[in-house]
Amino acid sequence: MIPLNWYLLVSAALFALGLFGVLSRKNAVAILMGVELMLNAVNINLLAFWRYRAPTEATGLAFAVIVFAVAAAEVAVGLALFIAVYRRFKSVAADEINLLKW
Amino acid sequence: MTVMQIVFLITAVVTLFAAFRVVTTPNMVHAALWLIVTLFGAAVFYALLQANFLAVAQVVVYIGAIAILMMFVIMLTRREMRDRGPQTGKQWPWAAVIAAAFFGGLVWLGQQAALPAAPKADVPKDSIAQLGQALVSPNGFVIPFEVASVLLLAALIGAVYLAWTRHQS
Repeated sequence: MIPLNWYLLVSAALFALGLFGVLSRKNAVAILMGVELMLNAVNINLLAFWRYRAPTEATGLAFAVIVFAVAAAEVAVGLALFIAVYRRFKSVAADEINLLKW
Repeated sequence: MTVMQIVFLITAVVTLFAAFRVVTTPNMVHAALWLIVTLFGAAVFYALLQANFLAVAQVVVYIGAIAILMMFVIMLTRREMRDRGPQTGKQWPWAAVIAAAFFGGLVWLGQQAALPAAPKADVPKDSIAQLGQALVSPNGFVIPFEVASVLLLAALIGAVYLAWTRHQS
């Protein structure tokens, strides 16, 4: 059987990569991709703990389903925002959207 | 080394390499394609964890909807057909340091805890039926489920409103 800490290691690495993407990328869509990587890492973690700690209950699965729904809503609103921003600035580079920067 | 462990290791290597390419490749379309590989790797992990419904939902929702939506937006928001120059800001070494420190901290935390090497029990045969009943039963998760559907409706209306083209006369 696969030990639980293998799953935790993979999801920690995935989360760290997503964090790096969010902090380092210029393109706003790429930043959202980093957020997606982090959400997937969290979901792997949730399901791993569900499988190893409480596989007879549906709680972990229900939690992961809610995370899915929230991720879908977040991506839809985020991408609509980027399209609106692109109309205004003709760019989605995060360092060029500096209207509020003094 | 069992077959499961070999499948796990191959999936882990492919998923992490694809995730690395997502955050480093300069071409945004390639980043979206690598993101699809990463999401597929996560679906394989869900299948290994015997969360069958979530594995299928991952392919349908994430790869089928979210990744394709991202591809559309990448193509709608480009100024040129090719992205030129570095796609990472000048703060990227700090980002790498923070991400590495975060990873190190998580690994250290994982070492502290006594984690089980094998699951306590098997997944019941009707775990999908259990999940379906838990999502609509008043003793289960009916309130979070309804809140999630209201959130999705609000996101739908909000996304349409934000991306709406207003024709000024």
